[in-house]
Amino acid sequence: MATSTSKHAYVDCDPVKCVGCQLCEYVCSFAKTGEYNSYRSRIRTVRVDEVLITAITCRTCENAPCVVVCPRDALNQDPLTGIIHIDTSRCDGCAWCVEACDFGAITINPVTRLAEICDQCETLEEGPQCVLWCPKKALELTTPDQRAQKSRQDLVKQSLEFPQKAKDPQ
Amino acid sequence: MYGYSGKILHIDLKTRKTWVEEKPEDWYKLWIGGVSMATRLCWENIVPGRDAYEETNPICIANGIFTGTPVPVGGKFGLASKSPLTGMIGDSLSGSWFSIALKRAGWDGVVLHNKNERWTHVFIDDDRVQFLDATWLLGKNTYETEEAIREKFGDDQIRSCTIGPAGEHMVRYANVTNDGRQAGRTGHGAVWHTKKLKALSVRGTHGVRVFDPKKLNELSFKISESSQGKDTEKYRIYGTATGLLNTNKMGVLPTRNYQEGVFEYANLISGEYLDEHHKVKVIACAQCPIACEQMSIVKTGEYSGAMTGIEYESLQAVSSNLGISDMRACIKLVDLSDRSGMDSMSMGVSISFAMESYERGVLKKEDFACKKYPDGMEMNFGNADAAVTLAEMIRDREGIGSLLAEGTRIASRTIDLERGSETYKWAMNVKGLECPGYDARSLKTFSVGLAVGTRGGCHNRSAAYDPDMKGETNRFTVDETRGRIAAESEEYAAVYDTLPLCKFIRRCFTGKADRSGAWPAIAELINATTGWNFGYDEVDEIGVRAHEIKKAFNIREGWTTKDDDLPYRWKHDPFTIGPSAGVVVSEEELAYLKKLYYEAKGWREDGMIPKEKLIRLGMPDVAEQIGV
Repeated sequence: MATSTSKHAYVDCDPVKCVGCQLCEYVCSFAKTGEYNSYRSRIRTVRVDEVLITAITCRTCENAPCVVVCPRDALNQDPLTGIIHIDTSRCDGCAWCVEACDFGAITINPVTRLAEICDQCETLEEGPQCVLWCPKKALELTTPDQRAQKSRQDLVKQSLEFPQKAKDPQ
Repeated sequence: MYGYSGKILHIDLKTRKTWVEEKPEDWYKLWIGGVSMATRLCWENIVPGRDAYEETNPICIANGIFTGTPVPVGGKFGLASKSPLTGMIGDSLSGSWFSIALKRAGWDGVVLHNKNERWTHVFIDDDRVQFLDATWLLGKNTYETEEAIREKFGDDQIRSCTIGPAGEHMVRYANVTNDGRQAGRTGHGAVWHTKKLKALSVRGTHGVRVFDPKKLNELSFKISESSQGKDTEKYRIYGTATGLLNTNKMGVLPTRNYQEGVFEYANLISGEYLDEHHKVKVIACAQCPIACEQMSIVKTGEYSGAMTGIEYESLQAVSSNLGISDMRACIKLVDLSDRSGMDSMSMGVSISFAMESYERGVLKKEDFACKKYPDGMEMNFGNADAAVTLAEMIRDREGIGSLLAEGTRIASRTIDLERGSETYKWAMNVKGLECPGYDARSLKTFSVGLAVGTRGGCHNRSAAYDPDMKGETNRFTVDETRGRIAAESEEYAAVYDTLPLCKFIRRCFTGKADRSGAWPAIAELINATTGWNFGYDEVDEIGVRAHEIKKAFNIREGWTTKDDDLPYRWKHDPFTIGPSAGVVVSEEELAYLKKLYYEAKGWREDGMIPKEKLIRLGMPDVAEQIGV
């Protein structure tokens, strides 16, 4: 399984909360293109075997393979935020970055035929629109610290039983 | 035009030709989308008076006005043909990604004409249409078919409507499936079979544009937020199955083929039990922030591995209605019907019909002989193994399954003709469509809603059980208000079915579900999408017109007031136990209710529609043909 190596924030999806409604794709494509079109969304919901559902977008990897592999140096990673920027004047839509990404987070825009990737709506004050809209609060822009905190909590939930007395007060 | 492309795609399966029909904006203002537009397309494209299995019966698909936009629960489409079960309008809705893909491909609707000799897979790839061989897909169930198509093209955004093995075997109540949701009732799958259409796929890569996206986003966001509140709690947490204990308490839960209204093991088949023992995940339809589908799995026993979404209507049809209290068998039966691509409600009622016929001695053990049980089966109520086996026989049209695959109306007529029996007394259908999970004997407003229903025994087109169940009416008696209530509830539902919006959102606009609460909010959504100037009255009229065109379709196919009837049992056999014991809808009551209803609709006493009404609603051509 692909594991993220990011030291930066990225939009993460809690698969337990996600119901696969795809509203994130609508708002993403609208924020970026002014149209509602999943093919131009930079976050993608995935549904396998009906109940395995999550949404996936750029995980701001360390030494991002997409940046490394680009033959035209069109991709650059912001050292402060980890966000990948695509220089549309250099990109020719060869899709090597699409191949290189372990998360399938890069797509080729069907209109411009150039690569597109999540930029966490960095120019918007409200932050990522998908996070704002998600009706189930499954999406979150998380930092490594928050992800670590969540891992610790999950571990505790998995390994410890809830005290019986507290569960059943007299 | 905003919100629409203005284009209907016509596909001729026989000649493999396609053409585009452009519709003016005024046409969309009348028909909007969903069941209304699909029925209108049917009206325009069908040759009246022919059998549903003839090639003159078109498959009409109509998209929704909000499909592909962020408007919550707007991702639905309507599907209409002449129904093989009722011989009248067969209109179904489905929440789906298929409709969104279709909208993005630039089509407001699709009409499929004629039939092919070879099994065909039609692929609408934006504005190109491909006719592909479908023999390699035969035998695959509905889920497998969709996956196989996605795999073939390597694009998980290709969305398909498919039929399963039940459709391939022409089960009369086979349905059309997309992404685990069904255009479930009235037998579309059988019509697809007659056209040798195994699957219809769409890839749409264009964007959807609306008139005022900023406003639409704002409105949608608010509705989406309020849809997480208490108004949708019961759908989100337990799903529709949570209603089962209530219908049981009121004595209207179909039990053993509608013989009683109370099931002694109701607590074992309740939504609450399902939640505790079988639920694995709640999932959403396309574009829906509510998410009500309770995906449930069987982990132990011989049905282990079965998994599907469980809804109230499917659940009651295969549990209390069959006398089965083992939830695992119920999940298996619904799973089987979903994967086979048949209507779980009609399937359940057909099986319960067989069980009662067996218990009353009309059908014998050897009648149920099959490969698995060559000596036949003891088809008693409660025999889960026999029920599952019979469901498989129906799917494959094996043995007596072939007869039961015709639905209860044809099955009972055939049996009565052959054996001189009286099985019509417990064939539970209205106009040929099997009855839903609300026993109408003690829901008298609903009883007229069902009797006059344009697509037969359906809980979804008439919502008149609501006032009965909530105690707004005296459900055991009739009075002069019932015709109006039934007519209004039908037209109310028709607005949602036409946009289409899922009715579960009805309280989320303003907290009030009635017309005054919902219509202004819906008008705002329509205006932001299209740039039109709709108000309360225009929204209200959507429902009136939608219902009138369906009725007009039926009249043109030969409907008479005799068709507005209830099953024999509801008129003659009262329950012996429970709070609804002793009540029936007598012939006199039914006649009175029908009269009230026709009056409320502004129809003639024989149920025919006056010309003036049709002209006022913008249908002069319909008035010309069937108006009086």
